[in-house]
Amino acid sequence: MVTKKRRLIGAGVIGISAIAALAIVGIVAAVTGTIVAGGWSTLSWEFLTAAPSEGMTAGGIFPAIVGTVFLVVMMSIAGVPIGTVTAIYLCEYAGTRSVLARGIRFAVNTLAGVPAIVFGLFGLGFFIQFVGGGIDRALTGGAELRWAQPNILWASLTMALLTLPVVIISVEEAIKTVPQDLRAASLALGATKWQTIRRVVIPNSLTGIMTGGILAVSRGAGEVAPILFTGAAYFLPHLPTALSDQFMELGYHIYIMSTQSTDVDATRGIQYATTLVLLLLTFLLNFSAIYLRSRIRARQQRS
Amino acid sequence: MRSAISRSVDPAFAQHLNTVSTMKQHQHEATRLLTRADLRKRTRPAEFIAETSITGIAFVSLAAIVMIFIFAFREAAPIFSQPDVAAGQVQAPIEEQETYGEEMVASAPESAAPGKESARTDRDAEEGATLENLLGSVWQPVSSVPKFGLLPLVVGSFKVTLLAILLAAPIGILAALFTASFAPRWSREVLKPTIEILAGFPSVVIGFFGLVTLATLLQSVFGYTYRLNAFVGGVAMSLAVIPIIYTVTEDALNAVPKYLTEASLALGATKWETALFVTLPAATPGVFAAVVLGFGRAFGETMIVLMVTGNAALLSPGIFEPVRTMSATIGSEMAEVVFGDTHYTVLFLIGAILFLFTFSLNAVAEIFVRKRLLRRFGGG
Repeated sequence: MVTKKRRLIGAGVIGISAIAALAIVGIVAAVTGTIVAGGWSTLSWEFLTAAPSEGMTAGGIFPAIVGTVFLVVMMSIAGVPIGTVTAIYLCEYAGTRSVLARGIRFAVNTLAGVPAIVFGLFGLGFFIQFVGGGIDRALTGGAELRWAQPNILWASLTMALLTLPVVIISVEEAIKTVPQDLRAASLALGATKWQTIRRVVIPNSLTGIMTGGILAVSRGAGEVAPILFTGAAYFLPHLPTALSDQFMELGYHIYIMSTQSTDVDATRGIQYATTLVLLLLTFLLNFSAIYLRSRIRARQQRS
Repeated sequence: MRSAISRSVDPAFAQHLNTVSTMKQHQHEATRLLTRADLRKRTRPAEFIAETSITGIAFVSLAAIVMIFIFAFREAAPIFSQPDVAAGQVQAPIEEQETYGEEMVASAPESAAPGKESARTDRDAEEGATLENLLGSVWQPVSSVPKFGLLPLVVGSFKVTLLAILLAAPIGILAALFTASFAPRWSREVLKPTIEILAGFPSVVIGFFGLVTLATLLQSVFGYTYRLNAFVGGVAMSLAVIPIIYTVTEDALNAVPKYLTEASLALGATKWETALFVTLPAATPGVFAAVVLGFGRAFGETMIVLMVTGNAALLSPGIFEPVRTMSATIGSEMAEVVFGDTHYTVLFLIGAILFLFTFSLNAVAEIFVRKRLLRRFGGG
């Protein structure tokens, strides 16, 4: 029997948890609303296609957009193939009791939990100091500093490492949904294991590989900590043309403009609009990833 | 018949026909005499190359984590091996003082005054006592007498992180309970994507929101002196932590076997009693793991704290005082530091500590989720 008191407490419990859920919706609405309201008026075609001018207090964010695109493209070129191959290894080649496979799984999980700033330190210590310094010593005997300094290559590679777990997990999920029957059929027709993977497994997991790539790009475009000292620049008069150039980046631009700009209040509009651009970019990427993933899940339910 | 043809047509064509027929013969023979030897595994170079290179590339992530570990500690190692490094390079970064703005000057009133005399004695005192220096309570890496006391940074990190967890844990756990136990279908359809959106917010966006909107709002509500402080940092950080706590908790709640909740309902318990006294207790390890993971995320997060905590490395008791966390210290100072310098080394040491700390938190969470949940429900 449900007494009045129990019903009252019940209403309270459900009410409080509903308020918590509502709070989350409220937070998302508040953040999105504030940024859209603040940035909408500044956002224009010219803002997207012009370079900053007058000591970064006017103009647009074109170099930052280009820098971000360069960064995520190079990051994907480096990271997506490695992530895909790792996922293939984990799903197709590794035995269930293989020590190496367990080690790799452990490494992927750990990599996903390492703070972004530590990746930045790694980029600085390994890519710039160790690899870059080594290249410089080999090429010029250390006389000229070309590779042993922050640039877009090292920043992209650092970011590729950071986004590696995202790709691996996504591709793994997709490979697991490829029906076992397809593999068996291919093997029964005399195809070898590698032929089966190349002709059956990979084509059937392309959506998953794409999802992984998109999620990685969305993550990479939003992270600023790893590029703070591996390649992002406050302001550059020209676009990056070589791998050893520094670059401007959207997230870094937001950080710099809102904390270290010469006139923080006068550039509020630019800050809001830049944040809006980054937010729209992430939304777009995330929603396409969610859409692709829902298609994979639908296939999983069918099989 | 074959000989008849070869007589009448040109020899080349006859030759061709000959080969065709012998081939046919061979083929016939092959099908007839398929033996055990033919079924033996053949060495295929393509297969071997594919497997080897795939395994090799899969090794990258393992190598990466080992390298991160090695390099974080390699760059931090001089602190422990050469105690006189701190004293030897003391004067190097002095000209960069102006890059840190007013908070450095404010936090270092005595560094402007000291004569050569006192600097010398301080430096002598530091010689061979770097560890003591690290455990000090003053962080002044850029002054005539650099002090690398990590205490204010560690306290700052914990202040912000704990505040974030105190705010995010109730919201995340309750919201997860709501979705798992009470929510009607349509509200679940709304809440899930909302959480994904929140999880997808880049931390720099949350930092910007905290800096521009949240800081002003909270100051007008609570009326404290410093606009940017540990409290604002905690509130902003909780936005980044809520999705993690929510997602992991919800997973744990959904993993609770149906027979438990059904048994409870069958015994006459109401929906909320079942949720509160059956589902939630059964999922405790998962909820605990969620909080631990959220803690790790908040502890390592850089951009949010860099933008909204005020960035003053002061040791203070209150939560409305500006603080600087460990991660923010690396983020704001690493770009201006001289390579190989003590300051550089100490920043790497902080990074190594961050790495180890979050690593162990993740390990704890993993153990809780895997082992405890398995032991609890694995048999049933």
